[in-house]
Amino acid sequence: MLCRTANDLYWASRHMERAENTARLIDVTLRIALLPERYDRGKAEAAVWCRALDALDLVDTVRQQYGRIDGETVLRHLILAADNPSSIYSCLRAAREAARAQRVAITGEMYEDLNTSWLDMRNNSWARIQADGINNLLEWVKSRSASFRGVTIGTLGRGEGYHFLQLGAFIERADWAIRLLDIAGSDTEAEAPDTQDAAVYFRWSALLQSLSAFETYRRLYRETVSAATVAELMLLQESNPRSLLTCTSTLHGVLRTLAGGQSLECVRLAGALSAQSRYARIDEVLGNGLEPWLQDAMARLSRLGEEIHRQFMLSTDIAQPTLPQLQVQP
Amino acid sequence: MRNDYDEMYGRDGAVRPHYGAFDDWLQSTPALQIEHKRREAEIAFHRVGITFSVYGEDAGNERLIPFDLVPRIVPAAEWRVLETGLRQRVHALNLFLGDVYGEQRILREGRVPRDLVLNNSAYRNEMRGLAVPGGVYSHISGIDLVRADDGEYYVLEDNLRVPSGVSYMLENRRMMARLIPEMFARLPIAPVERYPDALLEILREAAPAGIEQPVVAVLTPGSANSAYYEHAFLAQQMGVELVEGADLFVRDDTVYARTTRGPQRVHVIYRRINDDYLDPNVFRPESLLGVPGLFNAYRAGRVTLANAPGSGVGDDKSVYPYVPEMIRFYLSEEPILHNVPTYQLRRPDDLKYTLEHLAELVVKEVHGAGGYGMLVGPASSKAEIEEFRARILATPDNYIAQPTLALSTCPTFVESGLAPRHIDLRPYILCGRRIHVMPGGLTRVALREGSLVVNSSQGGGTKDTWVLEGGA
Repeated sequence: MLCRTANDLYWASRHMERAENTARLIDVTLRIALLPERYDRGKAEAAVWCRALDALDLVDTVRQQYGRIDGETVLRHLILAADNPSSIYSCLRAAREAARAQRVAITGEMYEDLNTSWLDMRNNSWARIQADGINNLLEWVKSRSASFRGVTIGTLGRGEGYHFLQLGAFIERADWAIRLLDIAGSDTEAEAPDTQDAAVYFRWSALLQSLSAFETYRRLYRETVSAATVAELMLLQESNPRSLLTCTSTLHGVLRTLAGGQSLECVRLAGALSAQSRYARIDEVLGNGLEPWLQDAMARLSRLGEEIHRQFMLSTDIAQPTLPQLQVQP
Repeated sequence: MRNDYDEMYGRDGAVRPHYGAFDDWLQSTPALQIEHKRREAEIAFHRVGITFSVYGEDAGNERLIPFDLVPRIVPAAEWRVLETGLRQRVHALNLFLGDVYGEQRILREGRVPRDLVLNNSAYRNEMRGLAVPGGVYSHISGIDLVRADDGEYYVLEDNLRVPSGVSYMLENRRMMARLIPEMFARLPIAPVERYPDALLEILREAAPAGIEQPVVAVLTPGSANSAYYEHAFLAQQMGVELVEGADLFVRDDTVYARTTRGPQRVHVIYRRINDDYLDPNVFRPESLLGVPGLFNAYRAGRVTLANAPGSGVGDDKSVYPYVPEMIRFYLSEEPILHNVPTYQLRRPDDLKYTLEHLAELVVKEVHGAGGYGMLVGPASSKAEIEEFRARILATPDNYIAQPTLALSTCPTFVESGLAPRHIDLRPYILCGRRIHVMPGGLTRVALREGSLVVNSSQGGGTKDTWVLEGGA
């Protein structure tokens, strides 16, 4: 497979996953924003929206660009802004452009699915989103992402292309497992004691709901929703399809398949990251501090992303053909 | 209304026999249902993304080529003549290309003016003396035909460089089979679906000698190109890689693709980029679309390019008047297909006549393509004609002129309902060990009333083309 093709497929699914997770981030933020002010002292200053932006490292960007941070500004920036490369709008466009460039490598249904999403998104506007209700838009984004995932699983042959689509989706999803935990978790400790329990419960359960993970949670845990149980679910539980463990062990498996027995650095990095989630215990993680653990995981994840890129997609200066030619494709 | 030849209705207004079954369908189907099918086609084309980009408009502007529900139907007997004529013409053109890059017999014998060929900007000196695999230069040819008001077919021009549009032939057929499946049961319509398979076959046949399992790739300028959809479509249908220049590199006169598993050798390149951009080392140095070293790899016989560089000298409009002569010279046969009478403005007499009759003639730039740079006299204003006159006088060698042919018409759905619109026909001919003439082609239709310009870049649409089989 061409390096450029691998790169485009990786980013097509990565952008779709990003669009979906951005919708989930907005969902959890909207839910938390419903919390009465008494429980959320920063509410007046739109602290909940700042936290959402903070998870994306966008606080300064938005403040500079718009001169303010409030619900509408953040929503428009995350959903519609064409100059925000990570807005849902830009993600759908990028996914569709990558697919258009790689029509040969994917199925017609996959391209049509992304093309439909993009054509609908392109015709959307803030006025229409408000008229339809923001929740309908979020549902739509999630269902478009689910549709692409489904069409991919249902129509694409399990070759290299499929593997690169998997890599893009799971590395992005792993990234968000960490970021979303960060949003719901940050500064709950600062709450006044009498409101803390309610606020904590509310935030964590909002996160679970936005991840459609409430049912999974209830199946696994008897105890009430808390930082420890949600963090465990999001990081260490293999039965949660969006947990860091699920994502990293999927990445590890896919990379091993792609490596075909070669010992590649990216396989090692993915294996180490997956082992770290598999063999960690939540009380240890919390005991040593959740924040440093998350930061370390994030750093390893981004190194893995760079290594995948270097190994498979860097097409600029392949100096020598590797002779003899081992790979002969018909 | 002029006295145009209509494909569906005779001069007496009666439906021509080969359109009988379609006319039945048209008469018996409620207007609303037809309208519904037309909408369905439009939505499906949009969703599948069969679009083309238009030069001169915003980058990334993709437009849908309008598709019309009324097919062009060609009776079997007519097609047999066309098929033989097309095979003859493409055969002679390939022999001509081999000759002008080889012995140059036709030039030495004075049958075609030497300077016209050797000083032609499409003539590639770099191709002199090179033996190309199988002697084939134009592997894929598109010959544009029109039917005039006398009912005869004429060749309007030959396309031997990178003829496009074949994806529309295939997609239009797929669409018609979906919208009106019952017609395919009633009429013996020749299938065109085999095209990608035949294309792959002739490309593999063109591989350098000694390669048993040649790797074929389609080389595209990229997704901003107006025909990108077609490049992707053909690569997908053939099951080969679609590559851009940057995906390939040349080492030791061998072409490799950059893949996730390291370099992979490529043996045959169906290139959809022009000669000028193929290789910055040999042709335009500023080209970023091509592959440095590609031409040397080609010269060394390590890779095959289809079509061969320099094929354009065979389809140049200044060479076009000599194609009948080529057929006589190389094949000792009389041409089966007519040329349109052509005035060569490099000749003083022709120039004088043309300047006196600009309002009646069509004037074309010899190297122009896509309907750009031409004057349709009868459809132009005085000012436009005068402006064109100045351009002709500046460089008369650059132009040819032809009588304005009354292109045949075919009923077409327009806003006011069914109305006659002018059409042409581009059949596709594949040249490998054998010459394959696809039974069908791309019918283009000028959607504006009275317009004779069918190019998609000028607002043309397309129709499916049904070649009937059997004795009909």
